[in-house]
Amino acid sequence: MGRIETVFANLDRPAFIGFTVAGDPDRETSIRAALALIEGGTDILELGIPFSDPVADGPTIQKADERAIAAGTTVDTVFEIVRTLRKKTGVPVVFLAYYNMIYHRGIDRFYREARDAGVDGILIADMPVEESDDVFETALHYGIDPIFLITQTTSDDRIRKIAARAHGYLYLVAVLGVTGVRDTVSAGAIDLLQRVRKQTKVPLALGFGISTPDHAKICSDAGADGVIVGSAIVDIVGRNVGDPAAMERELKSYVARMKKDL
Amino acid sequence: MERKGRYGKYGGQYVSETLMGALIELQTAYERIKKDRNFARELTSLQGEYAGRETPLTFCPNASRELGCRIYLKREDLVHGGSHKLNNTLGQALLAKRMGKKRLIAETGAGQHGVATAIVGAALGLPVEVYMGEVDTKRQALNVYRMELMGARVIPVKSGTRTLKDAINEALRDWVANVRDTHYLIGSVVGPHPFPLMVRDFQSVIGREARRQVMKKEDRLPDTIVACVGGGSNAMGIFYPFVKDDVELIGVEAGGEGIDTGKHSATLCAGEAGVLHGTLSYLLQDANGQVLPTHSISAGLDYPGVGPEHSMLKDSGRVTYTAVNDPDVLGAFRFLSRNEGIIPALESAHAVAWVMKNADRFDRDDIVVINLSGRGDKDVAEVAALEGRI
Ligand SMILES: Cc1ncc(COP(=O)(O)O)c(C=O)c1O
Repeated sequence: MGRIETVFANLDRPAFIGFTVAGDPDRETSIRAALALIEGGTDILELGIPFSDPVADGPTIQKADERAIAAGTTVDTVFEIVRTLRKKTGVPVVFLAYYNMIYHRGIDRFYREARDAGVDGILIADMPVEESDDVFETALHYGIDPIFLITQTTSDDRIRKIAARAHGYLYLVAVLGVTGVRDTVSAGAIDLLQRVRKQTKVPLALGFGISTPDHAKICSDAGADGVIVGSAIVDIVGRNVGDPAAMERELKSYVARMKKDL
Repeated sequence: MERKGRYGKYGGQYVSETLMGALIELQTAYERIKKDRNFARELTSLQGEYAGRETPLTFCPNASRELGCRIYLKREDLVHGGSHKLNNTLGQALLAKRMGKKRLIAETGAGQHGVATAIVGAALGLPVEVYMGEVDTKRQALNVYRMELMGARVIPVKSGTRTLKDAINEALRDWVANVRDTHYLIGSVVGPHPFPLMVRDFQSVIGREARRQVMKKEDRLPDTIVACVGGGSNAMGIFYPFVKDDVELIGVEAGGEGIDTGKHSATLCAGEAGVLHGTLSYLLQDANGQVLPTHSISAGLDYPGVGPEHSMLKDSGRVTYTAVNDPDVLGAFRFLSRNEGIIPALESAHAVAWVMKNADRFDRDDIVVINLSGRGDKDVAEVAALEGRI
């Protein structure tokens, strides 16, 4: 059993999945952020690989990508960050990448290096299932879970195709739009959860827009197997640039608060 | 799994899952209207009555004498709005209407595509919002005013490099959030399938007319066809109907201050394969796979990507891609203005500049067709400012 599968198998409540951009605002601080998230109780860590043109992301994560790139973060840096984390934690690590970062390095090389560093899953934001043949086979070859998105505009027919390739968990996009904090969890998100549930036994995690304990509770009550928080965490990192100790404190208490009612 | 919209290894649909439904819907609708006589009739009628097609293929006696070959210009500068961009926006807007879409969004660099979208929005009664890099809204302030005059809303983009690439990012983000009622009217043969195919088809009217016209005037096909390449739509439009013929095809990219200075937009000359804005194609990127900022004297060529079909045509050798630098472009801008009384867009002046630089390759009887993709009125203020005149 892979690390991700084990997390879901052993939990009797939804997993808390926390996202941060690797290298934001710099290498050392982003390692501290990741460790603080884990200390606060994060069950699965998602690490964004910074890209110059993150079209699926709203302003909060765009700025984090810009900070990370300005600090000199490359794919090499991201692998170093994972290797450092792996010395200290067994929490599953999932990459969130844009395809060019993988394509440019070479698909095989990227997945091999990811496996060697200790990465457990890879989600490519701009890779629909129709284009995923190469990365899907390579991921399985290296024992990395290929993680896919499903959104409110995904047809039942395509949900079937995606579910057939799903490993680790399915990332259900709770909003019609890009990443970023929203006021509520929409009824559409809950409908989506129920629609996908009919088609697969793979764990279902809701993400995009989720930021408060109330949001987490709504997802949990609706039967989600995981809640994913990105922009709210990245916002804490961004607000505390220059004061990593304050960032760590805030991240830990944030995760603890989010997990209380899960 | 079946992959859609491939040009050799290039092309594809590298988009967020949210957009896949819309792309499939668009693909289906496009395949349907392609066979629909009424659609074709309606488009042809608008192209004639509204856009001013067919555009002339103008013989240039003075430039021909100067350069020592028979030079023709395909006059897309005479299309309503001042560039070839309307060929595409008319087609896509009609399609969007058929699909029941209630709103058009577009990106623009120089403003020409934004203007062409604003035109069809006003003419066909669809609200238009145009994303434009903040830098470009300043470079092309008059085009912002033109768009607004025709009822479009222009949204300055403040993210990233604040130019065309970021305007496309922002338009894609808008589309993801409003995909059910909005059509993203992309302005070149770029983006995910079916855009490269659809835009090429709508622009191919240029090449079909040129072919008929040159046969009528010269009773033979041209030796060489030259077009500038930004995203590549005017070039694809004139090349496509000649791809299977024995006609030399030359695509001219923006060499900017010179390819070795790094300040250019010559994607096919200096890039390598990569994925941006939903398509796999040549891409200007750094050693780490981050997309590079670009430069060109013409905002319309200032883009780090290029249409995937061009990437295939480059690799197969069917089209020769090359670049000319800003000073030669300014020279061509003046040359055509003075010799023929035709002020070319700075984008189109790239194609003219290539012919001027390569004049000694041609014999007196060689026929060279230059795609004059747009008129230069939009550029005169900038050039005058460069000359210190205003
Ligand atoms: C007059 C003109 N020509 C050419 C271009 C470049 O676009 P494409 O390469 O798609 O023809 C533009 C873009 O704005 C333009 O305005």
